[in-house]
Amino acid sequence: MIVEIARQITDERIIPHRAELDEKDEFPRAILNEMARADLFGVPIPEEYGGFGGGCFDIVLALEQLGRGCIGVGTAFAASSLGVYPVLIAGSQEMREKYLPDVASGKKFAGFGLTEANAGSDASGIQTTAVLDGDEWVLNGTKQWITNGGEAQIYTVVAITDRSRGARGASILVVEEGDPGFSCGPKEKKMGIRASATTELIFKDCRIPKDRLIGRKGTGFITVMKTLDSSRPGIAALGLGLAQGALDEAASYAKQRVQFGKPIMAFQAVQHMLADMAIQLEAARALVYGAARHIDAHPNDMSKVSSMCKVFATDMAMKVAIDAVQVMGGYGYMREYPVEKMMRDAKILQIYEGTNQIQRNVVGQELNKEYARA
Amino acid sequence: MKIIVCIKQVPDAKDVRLDPKTNTLAREGVQSIMNPYDQHAVEEAVRLKELLGGEVTVLSMGPPQAEEVLRQAISCGADHAVLVSDRAFAGADTWATSYTLAKAVNVIGSFDLLLCGKQAIDGDTAQVGPGLAMRLQIPYVTCVQKVRQATDSGLILERMMDDGYDVLAVDFPALLTVVKDINEPRVPSLKGKMRAKKVEIRRLSAADIGADPACIGLPGSPTQVVKVFPPEARCKRAVFTGDLDEQIGQLVDSLQPYL
Repeated sequence: MIVEIARQITDERIIPHRAELDEKDEFPRAILNEMARADLFGVPIPEEYGGFGGGCFDIVLALEQLGRGCIGVGTAFAASSLGVYPVLIAGSQEMREKYLPDVASGKKFAGFGLTEANAGSDASGIQTTAVLDGDEWVLNGTKQWITNGGEAQIYTVVAITDRSRGARGASILVVEEGDPGFSCGPKEKKMGIRASATTELIFKDCRIPKDRLIGRKGTGFITVMKTLDSSRPGIAALGLGLAQGALDEAASYAKQRVQFGKPIMAFQAVQHMLADMAIQLEAARALVYGAARHIDAHPNDMSKVSSMCKVFATDMAMKVAIDAVQVMGGYGYMREYPVEKMMRDAKILQIYEGTNQIQRNVVGQELNKEYARA
Repeated sequence: MKIIVCIKQVPDAKDVRLDPKTNTLAREGVQSIMNPYDQHAVEEAVRLKELLGGEVTVLSMGPPQAEEVLRQAISCGADHAVLVSDRAFAGADTWATSYTLAKAVNVIGSFDLLLCGKQAIDGDTAQVGPGLAMRLQIPYVTCVQKVRQATDSGLILERMMDDGYDVLAVDFPALLTVVKDINEPRVPSLKGKMRAKKVEIRRLSAADIGADPACIGLPGSPTQVVKVFPPEARCKRAVFTGDLDEQIGQLVDSLQPYL
């Protein structure tokens, strides 16, 4: 059912508008509202908070469909879940009741604020601070490249609450749109996923109530890691969708395009490219689906499989998108055809939600631990 | 506010072919869908419900598998579904169909508004909506392209015309047939789909609606299809060349015999 709905939204609402959203750098509010009405935002949220209690596999299936249409739209959608994962993972009962139902219904969007100018892959470089002053936290600092910035109403923000404790000195707090001292920067100009909004989050003596702290003070990094472990298979799924879309375009073009008196699909050089694209896509799909089902069983090695599937599926998506442009030649390079956008979009999949180099570090570190025990 | 929407299951026009021998529709293997105009009628009903409160009942006359489109309407926000189904209804034309639907509407009970699609894409007659209104003795407006204003007592509407639109006010109870411009049907929701799976569909037979056997199905249908044939392609093609003035001259010349 989730797949059917996501497919219908992709075919009827996303695909006809994706080129325009890309061209105009436009946030897909109408599409997201339709997704909200179709209850898709509720998929990852537990039933007691108005959601459907879907697992990782459900989310993967939904995002795969959306990714086939436009990963910019898919990113805006997924980032709202990402934004409240910290609340879901470590928030108090009151906090969950306060924030999750509105995100499940799509009435409000959320965003996750981790990255800073000097803290990307190395999250320990975070400069944003939160200091308790009476009954309020006072935040100072700037978050960078935050998806849904300026469009979301709820932000989960990682800030240092005790510099002396290093990684154990970080905490996550909820900042709401309209909190005093909080503003969003201008929309960034990006290579791809231009339908999604990306801005700075700026905190200047931003004062928020004491109870906006998620979980206990100093547990921020653990929650960040758990959050990203949960969300990465979704990025992998966007990669699957993008690659499927690129393969669909390239293969149907190759059937129609005639050169030397034959459709180019008849030439082995082209056929082998398409075959390799399809093989890699299926291999990635098997891994992502397998990882998602494994994660739904709440294993101990969630970080490892989550990183593995993110790396493999997004590297695959980049390669398949590049090859789709190659199969389509000059037409593929033109904006009239969607693979040009797909190729620009695909690049971010290898970068955000932890670069693919960092993912390999995670896999490597996990292997190191596993084999130390053996 | 109580709204009843009449919907029909039709073969997907994208897949339909004519049997070259019999000139009838080759329905085998063709997917069935909710008549596209009816999807807009359901959407408008659900929007009016969201605006004014009340409930939406979807009604279909058809074989048992027409249940599918009723469930689809439930997944898009309708509350109740009624299927009027009986072998005796087979072969009904628009006269017998409007009789049958009117009888079914009377069994469902009171209503404020009846909505239909402008026409079904298989028969393309656009007669059942107005026919139903006549049988129920209520006012009707066809080809509604917009509901401008809705209150508990009536509606202000735009009716699509060839050269623009009329603005009309209508009191309840009334029947409207809608065109596609009226709205964009929503994607079904997850909650809706779950409800659609479980919802109980009320089934009514010819006896349940108290239909006179002489008025339904083939016996109740005065329309006789004498012959069905695909129209011959008649258009001649011509390419005009030269500069614009020359081309216009050639066009005028070629139209001359018909003026």
